[in-house]
Amino acid sequence: MKALDGHEKKRLSHVAPADWRNPEPASRYNLLVIGGGTAGLVSALAAAGLGGRVALVERHLLGGDCLNFGCVPSKALLRAARLAAEIRGSTAFGIEVPANVEVDFGAVMDRMRRLRARISQHDSAQRLRDNGVDVFLGEARFAGPRSVAVEGRALRFKNCLVATGSHPVQPTIEGLSEAGYLTNETVFDLTVRPKSLVVLGGGPLGCEMAQAFARLGSEVTIVQKEPQFLPKEERDAAQILSEAMSRDGIQIRLNTEVTKVSCTNDRKTLQLISAGDESAVTAEEILVAVGRAPNVEGLNLEAAGVRYDKEAGVEVDDRLRTTNPAIYAAGDVALEHQFTHTADASARIVVQNALFLGRRKLSRLTIPWCTYTDPEIAHVGIYAREANERGIPIKTFTIPMHLVDRAILDGEEEGFVKIHVREGTDLILGATVVARHAGEMINEITLAMVAGAGLGTIAKVIHSYPTQAEAIRKAADAYLRSRLTPTLKKLSSRWLAWTR
Amino acid sequence: VNLVPESSRAGDIQSRVQRDAFRYFERSVNPANGLVGDNTRPGSHASIAAVGFALSCYPVGVERGFMPRAEAADRTLAALRFFRDSPQGEAPDTSGYRGFYYHFLDMQSGRRAWKSEISLVDTAILIAGMLTAGQYFDADSESEAEIRDLAERLYTRADWKWALNDEPTIRHGWKPECGFLHYGWEGYSEAILLYVLALGSPTFPLAEDHYRAWTSTYQWENLYGWDLLYAGPLFIHQFSHAWIDFRGIRDAFMREKRSDYFENSRRAVHLQWDYARQNPRGFRGYGPRCWGITASDGPEPGTRRFDGREQRFLGYAARGVPYGSDDGTLAPAAAAASLPFAPEIVLPTLEHLYDAVPEAATEFGLRCFNPSFQDEEGERRGWTSGASFAVDQGPVVMMIENHRSGFLWELLRRNGYVARGLRRAGFRGGWL
Repeated sequence: MKALDGHEKKRLSHVAPADWRNPEPASRYNLLVIGGGTAGLVSALAAAGLGGRVALVERHLLGGDCLNFGCVPSKALLRAARLAAEIRGSTAFGIEVPANVEVDFGAVMDRMRRLRARISQHDSAQRLRDNGVDVFLGEARFAGPRSVAVEGRALRFKNCLVATGSHPVQPTIEGLSEAGYLTNETVFDLTVRPKSLVVLGGGPLGCEMAQAFARLGSEVTIVQKEPQFLPKEERDAAQILSEAMSRDGIQIRLNTEVTKVSCTNDRKTLQLISAGDESAVTAEEILVAVGRAPNVEGLNLEAAGVRYDKEAGVEVDDRLRTTNPAIYAAGDVALEHQFTHTADASARIVVQNALFLGRRKLSRLTIPWCTYTDPEIAHVGIYAREANERGIPIKTFTIPMHLVDRAILDGEEEGFVKIHVREGTDLILGATVVARHAGEMINEITLAMVAGAGLGTIAKVIHSYPTQAEAIRKAADAYLRSRLTPTLKKLSSRWLAWTR
Repeated sequence: VNLVPESSRAGDIQSRVQRDAFRYFERSVNPANGLVGDNTRPGSHASIAAVGFALSCYPVGVERGFMPRAEAADRTLAALRFFRDSPQGEAPDTSGYRGFYYHFLDMQSGRRAWKSEISLVDTAILIAGMLTAGQYFDADSESEAEIRDLAERLYTRADWKWALNDEPTIRHGWKPECGFLHYGWEGYSEAILLYVLALGSPTFPLAEDHYRAWTSTYQWENLYGWDLLYAGPLFIHQFSHAWIDFRGIRDAFMREKRSDYFENSRRAVHLQWDYARQNPRGFRGYGPRCWGITASDGPEPGTRRFDGREQRFLGYAARGVPYGSDDGTLAPAAAAASLPFAPEIVLPTLEHLYDAVPEAATEFGLRCFNPSFQDEEGERRGWTSGASFAVDQGPVVMMIENHRSGFLWELLRRNGYVARGLRRAGFRGGWL
């Protein structure tokens, strides 16, 4: 199954060069980074760029989950899947295409690998070395509170960053291991489309992959333990996603658990139970996407006095320092929000706090996130539930996308923009966007939150017409209209009558 | 534009719609045990919500002259005695457990049907019907005294604390095969009634905290220019109002928002009306006199061509707008049951229905229709449901009556348990 074509060889030459020779260690490093994923790369390059002596240790692939098994390959796949869906729906735009449009799955995956290989040069060992980072390929184990052993060599540090990332959780289901299954670490190695696929898990990865494979021609069933997809998101958002996935022909099994898996003639049968009702589904492949666990094993964190939990990861304070004051942690291994951009942001905090006596706090970050389904679901800040629990009165301004001209013209009317403000003010506390381009749209709201700009300010910002982001301005306009109380309206009418 | 038709015709329409809807309960009952079919299709099982609506509609029928009082009392007694005598327990073929009942029951035996769940919200509707009957049948006769006694006994034996399963919110249901369904009633929905009854119970009352847990995901939204507690399907804004007069009484949330649930439903109805006028998905028929989207029957599930696009039709589904499922199916019963909230737009809608879609107005109540549906051959255009449903017709009878006379609201205002439940939920003001 594993395809080692030219693209793969190119990627591996960047992120795990076979002929790599580890450098002679320096006597002591300002920053020793364990893990060459997003957090590790960002911190190492930043620290080296600022003149620090920096080492980075990677045991597998530079670029980490994002480049190799996450954002990069998945978004390449999603783009092809979206195009396939658009071609199938082209008649609605007056464009006739031949019936039975064929998806060349092998070519789709080849494109993905080509683009991934191209992007991998940004994360290459050579680039790191060119930027002054000592790159060590091998296993890192703490030998004490100020040193790490790599391939028999001791690396001493003033500060260390643990950025080892996370790995997919493997559910304990009878027969699953024997039947075999895919995870995000293996699914992008496929070269032949599975005729049928069962996706376990209705979180971001499960939903994205279920929709992508369905659009690329697999018969997909998605099994989700919870009664809704994306359980952390708003009910209305999850409902829209559920309907979108149904339209794509995905068989949806919410509130359902897998009790047993068996395999006959390369067909995998999953026994399901939902509220006491038993059923079964059979497929060629199973994709497990039920969550991620931090990579804390094998690091000998005990020797460094770093406290950790196998599920919650490395324990850090708000400044990302571990229980060893010389050691920090960032990215998936320590954070609740396991996103590339969170890893990036947390790495920047560590560089400042560890090397320049910084006092930056993780809790001060405003972190948006997005699930790249179609429509996308993006969120930033507080949820209504959180606000209620914390006793913060909020009001939500909601604009359905079918009220936005550009969304109508684009045929992309599913979804909404919801912006939560503190009741009686225009202070933005959070937002959820469900739209074709929600991931792009959420950035404007995030910027407003970080800059302290309220809905009143957004209402003053001229938005290009027609754009889908106009939905945000419409929410701001709705806020302004809500300020027009009956008394103010009466006064306004009188003034206008008087000045007529 | 004044859309209100002439008052005499308005009265005629209300009477006709109400009478037809009431006829559903006359035809769908098993007189031996008082159980009422979920719908008019042959072989339909009984639903406990259908019985709850029936028990609430019988007093209306008596007052409107649709049914003699003695017959209404007989039917009521048959149902109450059935629920008193039917087996309760953990076995999979009983009628209920812990004072609650399975969602669907066999019309003849009264035993659990379809491996359905013990349904908390449907039991609440059933019990609301029982309390309505107990409140209405106030005569000194032996049979009416028995109705009052049974209504009290059946309400007080429901173990609402058990229904929490040690969680902050009441669970959706329970099954002997798996225990509690692992999600609860939280966030705005038709379940206000459920919480009011659970809080008002003299035997197994919930603590006030559980009502707060239920409201913890409330979201006050400005949508289409309306400030409201949004929910897509209309029935959510109607069911609890069929029994409880929410005009002028407010819980903590509504006090903070300077609104009340009645006003909220009024806005929700107008929002649906606005949506139909805008008709963003371009469905046939939608307009100011043709609207009303809720959980309802619909054309057989599947994808069909419609106006050059692929349209997925949903069968029986929870439809809601402006950002829920909408496949062009309209539920005129949902519009009719909105009468107390917005008569100025409901009455013209009913008038239009009789003129434009007469096949949807049957002798057993209003039925769903979908003018946008066409069959695979493209020959049959439009779809009308082949069945009437109890959960559509019950609210129609009750809400038209509430609009005309406030009769059911007045009955339940006098019920001490309901008043206690409301107060413990934090409701204040108005008639309370």
